[in-house]
Amino acid sequence: MTRHIQTIIKGNLSATIKTGGCGKCQTSCQSACKTSCTVGNQVCEK
Amino acid sequence: MLNIKNYNIKKNVHVYRQGKINIAYDVNSGSLHVLDDKTYCLIQEMIEIQDNNCLSIDGLQKEMAKTEEILSAGEKEEILLELGELQANNLLFSQEALEMEPIYPDLPVIKAMCLHVAHDCNLRCKYCFAGTGSFGGNRELMSIDTGKLALDFLLKHCGNRPQCEVDFFGGEPLLNMQVIRELIAYGKRIAKEAGKSIKFTLTTNAVLLTDSVIDFLETERVSVVLSLDGRKEINDRMRPYPNGNGSYDSIVPKILNFARKRPDTSPYAIGKYYYVRGTYTHYNTDFYQDVLHMADLGIKRISVEPVVASPEDAFAFREEDMAKIQESYDILGEKVLEYRQKGKEFSFFHFNVGLDKGPCLPKRLSGCGAGHEYVAISPEGGIYPCHQFVGQEKYRLGSLYPLEAELKEDIIQEFRKAHIYNKVECRSCWARYSCSGGCHAANVAFSGELTKVYSLGCELQKKRLEVAFYLKVKEAQQQILI
Repeated sequence: MTRHIQTIIKGNLSATIKTGGCGKCQTSCQSACKTSCTVGNQVCEK
Repeated sequence: MLNIKNYNIKKNVHVYRQGKINIAYDVNSGSLHVLDDKTYCLIQEMIEIQDNNCLSIDGLQKEMAKTEEILSAGEKEEILLELGELQANNLLFSQEALEMEPIYPDLPVIKAMCLHVAHDCNLRCKYCFAGTGSFGGNRELMSIDTGKLALDFLLKHCGNRPQCEVDFFGGEPLLNMQVIRELIAYGKRIAKEAGKSIKFTLTTNAVLLTDSVIDFLETERVSVVLSLDGRKEINDRMRPYPNGNGSYDSIVPKILNFARKRPDTSPYAIGKYYYVRGTYTHYNTDFYQDVLHMADLGIKRISVEPVVASPEDAFAFREEDMAKIQESYDILGEKVLEYRQKGKEFSFFHFNVGLDKGPCLPKRLSGCGAGHEYVAISPEGGIYPCHQFVGQEKYRLGSLYPLEAELKEDIIQEFRKAHIYNKVECRSCWARYSCSGGCHAANVAFSGELTKVYSLGCELQKKRLEVAFYLKVKEAQQQILI
């Protein structure tokens, strides 16, 4: 069967509502922005 | 088979075309997919039908008439089966994330601080939210005593966090270099005594970035954000000295000298990093040229951001600027790829998006943490939710004098509650877990309220994400080819 969809990244974000929240990551505005909250631009540091 | 009964597609799956690629971003899982044209058309039609009817229609598939011209019944069934498989694996059309409000301890755990060591500046940038450095107050420098009190305050309120963050900010912080030197030594000492560490950053316009300052920042592992707007004429129009002369010629050599010392800086701004940060305005909606100018100078870590301005400011964006700005992001995305191929790779901060390795959902819900995890301290010891609120009495959380005074609970709660589930526009937006409802200060500047979003900012944020996801796809496709 022809595949119509190519998966590039397999995420698991919704599950992290129960496993995340350790708070080790950087505060957003302490990074390069200072004028816009860009949480998505960060990586998990756990 | 795909089940979309009561499933709001537009809220949970973002489907778009970028650079001739059909992309599907699954909001709840954070997964990314490339669709063929037929699948793209099919999902678009499903969205269209949902838009015209209600969310609870049962036999939605039966109503899809338009795609019959390009899709046979067999093909349609084949695609729906494939989508169903992905749905079963929670990768596309995945289950909506549980709507859980962020949970916080009673007392705020403050882990980051913006220390305004100088409310004075040696430049007179026209868009400065700090009122050219003074934040609407007197031009003054922070004393060493106030700085030490601020660091004591941070370590007292950081709970069990092993690492805190302190950013030296202004005005121009290098105007108060001696205090910075002493505070770094003091901060390291008291953090060590408490079994913790402090990560220091500094945001500077580079005017006073001498070799001795650079050596100090290297030795102390201070991350640095350097300000430059790009092309000489663009930078000099908005970032002049008090006498009106442009700053480009004097700061660029210093910035390049500094950047060369940190070739391995992380694009995600972790560890010891540098970023060269610029602001674009109504005057340079073709800001991609400024980014490329900096890349051509050899700068590898670049962040250029939209100005936050009042509508009456001459440099503020207008509705008619939007198309040009969006086009600039499109062009920039292609240029990032082109430069990478030429071996001249650079990183544009807003195109770095963590998906599978990105922040967890609780972090995405709590956003920047301003007002309860992050505070800013003015030179006289005033405590504010973040650097952009400094000087706004309405948002003053408290003071270091006297140190024992408690922070204003009502303001803390107001910021804690300003998350995406309390913002009407965010609740059904596909970008909600990537921007976390936008910058509080920008929202207040635009609407006067923390929970009403800056709509123009939303459009820019969404565009940046679309290009960022596109670059992820291109990167993955490139790796497959290799």
